[in-house]
Amino acid sequence: MGAGTEGAKARWRRETLDPAARPSGGRRGPFTTISDRPVEVLYTPEDLADVDPARDIGAPGSFPYTRGIHATGHRGRLWTMRQFAGFGTPEQTNERYRQLLAAGSTGLSVAFDLPTLMGRDPDHPLALGEVGKCGVNVASLADMEALFAGIRLADISTSMTINAPAAMIFAMYLVAAEQQGADWTALSGTIQNDMLKEFIAQKEYIVPPRPSMRLVTDVVAFCTREVPRWNTISVSGYHIREAGSTALQELAMTLRDGIEYVQWGLDAGLEVDAFAPRLSFFFNAHSDFFEEIAKYRAARKVWAHVMRDRFGARSERSWTLRFHAQTAGVSLTARQPWNNVVRTALQALSAVLGGASSLHANALDEALALPTADAARLALRTQQIIAHETGVAGEVDPLGGAWFLERLTRDLEIGVLEYIERIDRMGGMVAAIERGVPQREIAASAYRFQQAVERKDIVVVGVNEFTPGDDRPVEILYIDDHATEWQLARLDRVRRQRDRHSVERALASLRAAAGSETSLMPPILEAVRSYATLGEMCDVLRDVWGEHEEPATF
Amino acid sequence: MRTVRVVLAKPGLDGHDRGAKVIARALRDAGMEVIYTGLRQTPEQIVSAALQEDADVIGLSILSGAHNHIVPKLMSLLEEQGLDDVLVLVGGIVPDVDIPRLKALGVGGVFPPGTPMREIVDFIGAHVRSRTGP
Repeated sequence: MGAGTEGAKARWRRETLDPAARPSGGRRGPFTTISDRPVEVLYTPEDLADVDPARDIGAPGSFPYTRGIHATGHRGRLWTMRQFAGFGTPEQTNERYRQLLAAGSTGLSVAFDLPTLMGRDPDHPLALGEVGKCGVNVASLADMEALFAGIRLADISTSMTINAPAAMIFAMYLVAAEQQGADWTALSGTIQNDMLKEFIAQKEYIVPPRPSMRLVTDVVAFCTREVPRWNTISVSGYHIREAGSTALQELAMTLRDGIEYVQWGLDAGLEVDAFAPRLSFFFNAHSDFFEEIAKYRAARKVWAHVMRDRFGARSERSWTLRFHAQTAGVSLTARQPWNNVVRTALQALSAVLGGASSLHANALDEALALPTADAARLALRTQQIIAHETGVAGEVDPLGGAWFLERLTRDLEIGVLEYIERIDRMGGMVAAIERGVPQREIAASAYRFQQAVERKDIVVVGVNEFTPGDDRPVEILYIDDHATEWQLARLDRVRRQRDRHSVERALASLRAAAGSETSLMPPILEAVRSYATLGEMCDVLRDVWGEHEEPATF
Repeated sequence: MRTVRVVLAKPGLDGHDRGAKVIARALRDAGMEVIYTGLRQTPEQIVSAALQEDADVIGLSILSGAHNHIVPKLMSLLEEQGLDDVLVLVGGIVPDVDIPRLKALGVGGVFPPGTPMREIVDFIGAHVRSRTGP
């Protein structure tokens, strides 16, 4: 390149950087993001030749929302500090919720145990040792009543992490609210109800992908009519990232999943602007600070274009991507667990700077067990310190316009658009999942990451470097088997006290609906009211649609 | 010396298979024969896989907290089948207080999150008992 055409950046590199770097040699690389994306030493306006500030970055509250979906950002309203919690019996979790609400938490978030997530009653052989271990056990309406006893459901917003049996658990929530005298139209909250990421990453599925998608779509259609303030699907990248994907894969797979749900809704006869505003997103807040902020910004921009240009949505509420973020569980270390407080704070900060609508900060002991009450409170305090002491919540998208950040945002957008096209060519995400495509991509990324850690190309403080240190064990929450006995006793009581004929009638209607094309929500509500158990309802679906099993490959 | 054969299993109900799959690749790349059973295997299914595959090592990945129920059952089934010389390893989230109990049952090693893959490969190399062939 002749001197005449040499740009300012190239000249800086030749005249200033190279002479400065030569004597010191500099730090050993590689200089990449945690997702293996190469990072240059400096970014300048020359790196943004393909970015038109007005068109691509815009202003907060206006299309394409790169800088945020609200003009006022967190100045208008702080994000919801929503700490995911649940363990043991409904009574034990109910007590934790009351503590969290008293400590200033502004929404509840229910963690269910594995038998519940898999649609198995506590007395099923596969539930052995699992009742109440990873979350709260809910097997029937009686448990849901106990879970929210004394908490007015009309006055709070509740998020429920439930997927394969989402329709049944949601129906239990609706009936419990109804018993409190709450009107369904007043209820607000979210059910995760995202089966695609279950098949891709989290692997808590019951029936095969296509009937699973039908159940998801039935819930969406039902809420659109009956529970209009409810968020019907939380399209989740969180678990995709936890399973080992890169930031780009997390974003691309999640947005393509969102497209799949919208398409199924349209195919079921719904009007796009009637249901799209109630889709929300859930991303991971991982450790690479700038890459994560860029990920949230790119997400908003791509989604706005997808909804307007691909689906022809006309409502602004369909164009805007709202998201919940949770700090990266997978980044927590069992060794030197106090370091996790710092990791989590930085991850939470990236989510705030990226415009999260709600946030969960992990507790320091979560690589060891479910959090103790003290650890959970410290995680909430971490959020409160970011909100009230750092000053970052006073302006919208404070890092917007940083050349590095805008370059990363644009690169992620380009990568996502390519991925969407690739999945489109395969016939959509359900087809790609059936061929095992995203599953294999994630497993490969997870292994590459682990190899980089072993080579120390990626440093994990306290694990592969800086290992001598304070390894005193932290006090952990030990969950005994009390929950199993308690839940088995209630299950037994429920089965003895309910009217057997109503249960049988309701389960027969559910079976008939599953075998036809009618909505599953009315028979599920009927079954819940009769105190049919979660396992009984899911067994009907297993029976009609078959159980899904994934080929065991690695 | 024959290739070390490892049956890698995920008992219990959780679907977190990242660790199991990463370890499967690492052991394979270290020259071992790896048989991955997939998700939600009962102790009976795992023991039967170990028997069929003539396994030297059984690796269990458990993150759900169910280890105190699954491991005792698996160990007694192994003994019944005369497979008590198979090296059993547990990886995942196991509270410290449970580790001595698992070792007393005959578990060879327990590896928490963050264990380097190399450490597991070396541990198998040092502790696998060479099983007598037919």
